[in-house]
Amino acid sequence: MWIKGADILDPAVKKRFIGDIHVVQDRIKGVYPLGDHSRDEKAWAEKVPGEEVIDAQGLLAMPGMIDMHVHFREPGFEYKEDILSGSMAAVAGGITAVACMANTSPVNDDPAITRFILDKADQAGLIRVFPVGAVTKGLEGKDLAEMGRMRQAGIVAVSDDGMPVQDAVMLRRALEYASTFGLMLISHAQDMGLSGKGVMNEGALSAALGLEGIPWAAEDVMVARDIMVAEYTGLSIHITHLSTRGSIELVRQAKARGVKVTCDVTPHHLLLTEAMVKGYNTNAKMYPPLRREDDRLALIEGFRQGIIDCIVTDHAPHSYDEKALDFDLAPFGVIGLQTLLPALIRLHLDHGIDLMRLVDSVSVTPAGILGIEGGSLCPGARADITLVDTKDKWVLKPENIRSKAHNSAFLNQTMTGSALYTIVAGQVVYKNEN
Amino acid sequence: MKWPYKDLIGIQGMDAGEIETILEMTTSFKEISKRDIKKVPVLRGKTVVLLFYEPSTRTRLSFELAAKRLSADTVALGASGSSFEKGETIMDAIDNVMAMNPDCIVIRYPYAGIPEKVSRTVPCSVINAGDGYHEHPTQALLDMYSIKERFGYIQGLNVAIVGDIVHSRVARSNVYGLKKMGAKVTLVAPGTLLPYGVQGWGVRVSHELDPVIPQMDVVMMLRVQKERILGPFLSTDREYAQFYGLTKKRVGMMGPGAVIMHPGPMNRGVEIVHEGADFSRSIILDQVENGLAVRMALLYLSLGGETDVD
Repeated sequence: MWIKGADILDPAVKKRFIGDIHVVQDRIKGVYPLGDHSRDEKAWAEKVPGEEVIDAQGLLAMPGMIDMHVHFREPGFEYKEDILSGSMAAVAGGITAVACMANTSPVNDDPAITRFILDKADQAGLIRVFPVGAVTKGLEGKDLAEMGRMRQAGIVAVSDDGMPVQDAVMLRRALEYASTFGLMLISHAQDMGLSGKGVMNEGALSAALGLEGIPWAAEDVMVARDIMVAEYTGLSIHITHLSTRGSIELVRQAKARGVKVTCDVTPHHLLLTEAMVKGYNTNAKMYPPLRREDDRLALIEGFRQGIIDCIVTDHAPHSYDEKALDFDLAPFGVIGLQTLLPALIRLHLDHGIDLMRLVDSVSVTPAGILGIEGGSLCPGARADITLVDTKDKWVLKPENIRSKAHNSAFLNQTMTGSALYTIVAGQVVYKNEN
Repeated sequence: MKWPYKDLIGIQGMDAGEIETILEMTTSFKEISKRDIKKVPVLRGKTVVLLFYEPSTRTRLSFELAAKRLSADTVALGASGSSFEKGETIMDAIDNVMAMNPDCIVIRYPYAGIPEKVSRTVPCSVINAGDGYHEHPTQALLDMYSIKERFGYIQGLNVAIVGDIVHSRVARSNVYGLKKMGAKVTLVAPGTLLPYGVQGWGVRVSHELDPVIPQMDVVMMLRVQKERILGPFLSTDREYAQFYGLTKKRVGMMGPGAVIMHPGPMNRGVEIVHEGADFSRSIILDQVENGLAVRMALLYLSLGGETDVD
């Protein structure tokens, strides 16, 4: 396969140039900047008859995106999403690899579940799915899960996402045990006592709406705890979906003194605020909750400065019926696979964040944190490539959502940027026909 | 020459020459247990009190037999059946024992530090038979003796200590002793079972057993001390056995001449799987036999014996 004349952006080597990409089987064989005629023409001359050629003039070629935080709901909640429908939504959004969280039913706390997820992903055959194992058996916070056996079955990390570990000594032992098997621990930082029955950010708005609030302190105290336990043990921790100004400051200080902490943030926390909740919009209900504008701006600034390492979707599908419940009763979570790319473009256009930094945060950096291949367009790399029309404008409607669920916080908003081709292991797995 | 110490509290306070002397003396005492009449009169008229405030099979039997074969009078007391059950503190019990003028007290105690504290307050000999997860010096001495007996030397040998290091007094005493004797020690355990700051112990540390096993002359398996493991240190026995258990496959990966050790008691199916312990490479029962001789040598030396007797 030849991708001709693309605007190639490779975060692995921090380079951007116009050129051609030559893919042979599942690997990138060569990358030829425009004007490098000798090599390009020689390779082009050896083109095999019938080899696919994609005219990519005017398109951005970037590594297939890696989303290190999704919920594919299978096994157990297939009415919300399954591994096939989740994979279809991913490729439509230009995402070629995901790490799926363990809060399925049964929980992914056993190698048999890990293998089931990998089998299903193989059958779907669209993207790479990396299972994340539970930190504790049944996510109950009591007994360590069999991380070693799950590692052998194929997990790339462990996490307590959805059921945060409250006991600090459990977190310590989990970090020590995970490190034994070379696994990163992804922490969902939430003090369940402080967050209580809260359903949105606590403040003037929650008071006015008559909704129970979730204070920023519910996140900050746990981020502080996570950092201190990681610092004390000298081990690595990754804290997911930060939402508060205070968390960013804690991570900034920790990184400055050499703590091995990394973190991520979601597009909705970077682009939306608690104001979305007005009208009791359940598609603005998620954990952590949308915060205030000053939190949002602190997240953007933290991302710009590299305090925040990655952007993740926390793709959390829920059925129409579930999200149609009262705001208090509807489940937390929003989908995000097809809006990740437009979110990156919006952050670039509206907030002037460097596109290289943005692409890096959804490719080479998460790959490094999870210890998986990906995020590069260099010769020899896996041919996971997304070709993007950065100017395409479209409106997010239920009919163009590939997930089983439609609970997006960006519903009916105009998006800029779409994936035209999504290529996984040298195969076009998605082509935008619009 | 007279042995200059009345007490044995830990290996940490000994030097290589002293360890070597005890190992040499052990050889002369080992022969006594092979005689028809297994008794010599060297400690006749001496009284040895065994205070075992924690369960024990090997160590207690071994100390008691060692004292008896040297003709000492012995009396053994455990936590159950003593006034410990009525709430008497260990130091009050020691005062009362001392009123009966023993020559030596052998103590096993569930918490660290008591043998040392007792040794500072009583005029008689005090031998530590294991205190909490501080030290178990006679175990390390019998382990070193067994290694030396098998290989002829300790210097330069590769010794892996595998398992529950953090809760193990045996591991600590062996690390001190083996390092002093010039062995190269590797500790193998999951991160949860390694002591904080183990990087400063001057030993190799590995989370993986398989790459370590073929390089080792000695593989010392430790018991997962379930009674001391309070809290989430491990997942399941089967995962532990899979990553840290001595299985038949792992025995097969050991180098020629390499040996298996275990201080006992074993958790079968956890750190020792199937026939691992029964294999011809095991010197676990040699450890027990040598334990008796080491304790005879120690009782003799601590109660005023000469180091150059033969």
